[in-house]
Amino acid sequence: MTNISIEAPETVRGQPYPGAPDNWRRFFTFSTDHKVIGIQYIVTSFFFFLIGGTFSMIMRGELITPDADLVDRTVYNALFTMHGSVMLFLWTFPVLVGLGNYLVPLMIGARDMAFPRLNAVSFWMIPVVGVLMLSSFLVPGGPSQSGWWAYPPVSLQNPTGNLINGQVLWILAVAVSGVSSIMGGVNFVTTIFRMRAPGMTWFRTPAFVWSVLAAQLIQLYGLPALTGGAVMLLLDITIGTSFFAPERGGNPVLYQHFFWFYSHPAVYVMVLPAFGIFSEVLPVHARKPLFGYRVIAASSILITVVSGSVWVHHMFASATPSWMRILFMVTSMLVAIPSGIKVFGWVATIWGGKIRFTTPMLFALGGISNWLFAGITGIFLASVPIDIHVNNTYFVVGHFHYVLYGAIVMGIYAAIYHWFPKMTGRMYYEGLGKLHFALTYLGTALTFLPMHPAGLMGLPRRVASYDLEFAYWNVIASIGGFLLGLSTLPFILNMVSSWIRGEKVGNNPWRAYGLEWLTSSPPTVENFEELPIVVSGPYGYGRSRPLVGNIPNPGLTEFPESLTQQKS
Amino acid sequence: MMKLRAILIMTVYGILVTLASLWMAKQSYSWFPPEASAEAKLLDDLFSLFTGLGTFIYLGVIGPFLYSLIFHRASKYDMSDGPPIEGNIWLEIVWTATPLILVLTLAFVSYRTYEKMAVRGPMELVHLHMPQMMQSAYAEPFDSKPQQEIQNALITAPIEQVDVIAKQWAWVFHYPKQDITSTELHLPVNRRVRFTLHSEDVLHGFYIPAFRLKQDVVPNHEINFELTPVKTGTYRLRDSMFSGTYFAANQADVVVQPLDEYQQWLADAASQSPTPAFNRAVFEYSKANDREGATKDKVAVRGWDTIPPASPPVVNYAP
Repeated sequence: MTNISIEAPETVRGQPYPGAPDNWRRFFTFSTDHKVIGIQYIVTSFFFFLIGGTFSMIMRGELITPDADLVDRTVYNALFTMHGSVMLFLWTFPVLVGLGNYLVPLMIGARDMAFPRLNAVSFWMIPVVGVLMLSSFLVPGGPSQSGWWAYPPVSLQNPTGNLINGQVLWILAVAVSGVSSIMGGVNFVTTIFRMRAPGMTWFRTPAFVWSVLAAQLIQLYGLPALTGGAVMLLLDITIGTSFFAPERGGNPVLYQHFFWFYSHPAVYVMVLPAFGIFSEVLPVHARKPLFGYRVIAASSILITVVSGSVWVHHMFASATPSWMRILFMVTSMLVAIPSGIKVFGWVATIWGGKIRFTTPMLFALGGISNWLFAGITGIFLASVPIDIHVNNTYFVVGHFHYVLYGAIVMGIYAAIYHWFPKMTGRMYYEGLGKLHFALTYLGTALTFLPMHPAGLMGLPRRVASYDLEFAYWNVIASIGGFLLGLSTLPFILNMVSSWIRGEKVGNNPWRAYGLEWLTSSPPTVENFEELPIVVSGPYGYGRSRPLVGNIPNPGLTEFPESLTQQKS
Repeated sequence: MMKLRAILIMTVYGILVTLASLWMAKQSYSWFPPEASAEAKLLDDLFSLFTGLGTFIYLGVIGPFLYSLIFHRASKYDMSDGPPIEGNIWLEIVWTATPLILVLTLAFVSYRTYEKMAVRGPMELVHLHMPQMMQSAYAEPFDSKPQQEIQNALITAPIEQVDVIAKQWAWVFHYPKQDITSTELHLPVNRRVRFTLHSEDVLHGFYIPAFRLKQDVVPNHEINFELTPVKTGTYRLRDSMFSGTYFAANQADVVVQPLDEYQQWLADAASQSPTPAFNRAVFEYSKANDREGATKDKVAVRGWDTIPPASPPVVNYAP
């Protein structure tokens, strides 16, 4: 393989270069180790998750009463804009890139990503995005108040008249985040294509790697459209061009095409890795091979293809002609096929298995059940007549939060718990994990389920005040929202205390198949002492066959003696 | 024996799921505001169909899922693996083909409903002269009543024209025939209404939940939009496309009246000279910018600068 020639001389002390810190300080350096970068991504984005969550709880506080009485309307509008922007650009995207960063090289048997320095650069742009985004609270006029879509003409209106305003900072932040994501995309795609271990053919590659590949391909074809749209918007605001400004002859609907051409597929950028996580976690904790692995893997790529032609379903109520509405209704509904294949495959995977309700398993199962619900309401939304009623209402808000929180965040939690022993060498506390799951699942249902009936009754999204008839559902959703805020506490407690003094477990506490479980926990700098030569496909549960030919397969073929074995 | 039991359980579960789906499909009608337009009935029927099928799929998947979670658990000291089943080609074909057929059917039914609603403005001019042709084009509705209402409205009277002007943050309704303006939308029942939507500044969304219809209003574009109110009463028009600071307050009442009351209202309004109407956004804006700090008791957190609202609309009629 190509990476053999660039192998660094083996280091004993676990440092990427002489003199590099090998304690916690390494997380604050410009490290090129994909594992350090992965954890940097995860921890940084989790910090922003808490900030975005705080915004949403202030919003839920406002919405617990019908009147706009807690914060000024401008503040509310800034909060929902920042909530959406922070949650997407600073939490969901980066945390999934972080998980991919950590896991992909380990899962394919590579020593690092293809371009380690580029990798570090893409990570260090995330704090820049965060500073740009949040500093907009300090400029006159406050942060952007046009929603995370930044639709013109509202986004072009600049009440203060300053050149440096919240909207400009927002566009710059999104542009930097886009550059970071494109770099990440190039890196992931190259790594997965070129650096798989000897013997790891495409259909021996784990489903998670497939899903990351599918997601990152979307980044490569989609992001240029968003970045282009953002640049045009920036020019419209700053130097008075007329791409989108109607008073100068521009077309605001054009922006919507640029925006959604990327931003709908972006949902698959986020959900595909979550699907990959489900596909990895279920077989381990149900002790059965992934059912229909090849089809599940290929369906990820199918989603990549189909998702490129569905964006107009966000614009059914815009000034779109009927033929466009009907065409995009059909393409949008077709996404149900690859998604359905996955769900059926997961159900068949656990069927007849030896299921253990570990925390990652619970989160994966919870995520799948929420995804099933969100997928069904997604088909509702694809239907033009239904969408014309519920478009821009809380029905949509409920739907995509079921996707983003119910499925994706649950998937992220599942991944963090599942690979926590690999990342730290220690086990998390199961009791706190289960408490975390219970609060999260209940909170998700309480917060986002009531949004569906509210939307059907006609409650528009993004309102700071509403008519009395919607109060009932909003109060429930607010209580659920606070519960979700609370649910992060056991998680933080668990992660911090387990990392410091959790029980030390061996390299493979789950007795899982997969190259990442063959190396030490936490893995050394170059991941593997000797590059593995893969001799069989993943998920070999129930077959007792070796995964690699050249190094021992502890926990796979010689179980149970190795179960409690400490790191050698 | 095992097989027989499995078939029996599956049959019973299938029946239960079907009953539950039918029940949900019936329930779905109660989740909506009143059906105040012919289009609303069409939509509610379609939604009911989606709800029924959606429930069926949800329960159909979640049943085996939960069954497995309850009955296929590993016992504490059971360290063995499950059966190494890696797939089943027939099963996979079935669960690819079934959703494919299902979504294509749903897309087709949605298309038919959309066609029946005929919200596309300019098209209707053609149908108006050939109502008989239109009859035959829609042969198999699953409830022909709403369509009949649309038809009758089209046959019995010319389309009622209303110009809608959206701005930050007010709705103004202009009746071109009588040259009347109003901040409350009055409509005759059982008449086809055509709106021509204008925006003076940003994007707005013309959305009346009781009518189940919505159309974005785009500056520099004239968008035609049609519907047929079939139930008298007062409903709410809401701005559905985020339009800036006072977006949430940008609402108006919609009054659907019998024809004679509607005509009376038009006559009354015509007799009144235009005066500035109360506008919520202007009211809140002036309060917020009050030097005395009157907003201090109103909101806990003060805000930032905003685009000032347009001056209150000057109209013949305001509620």
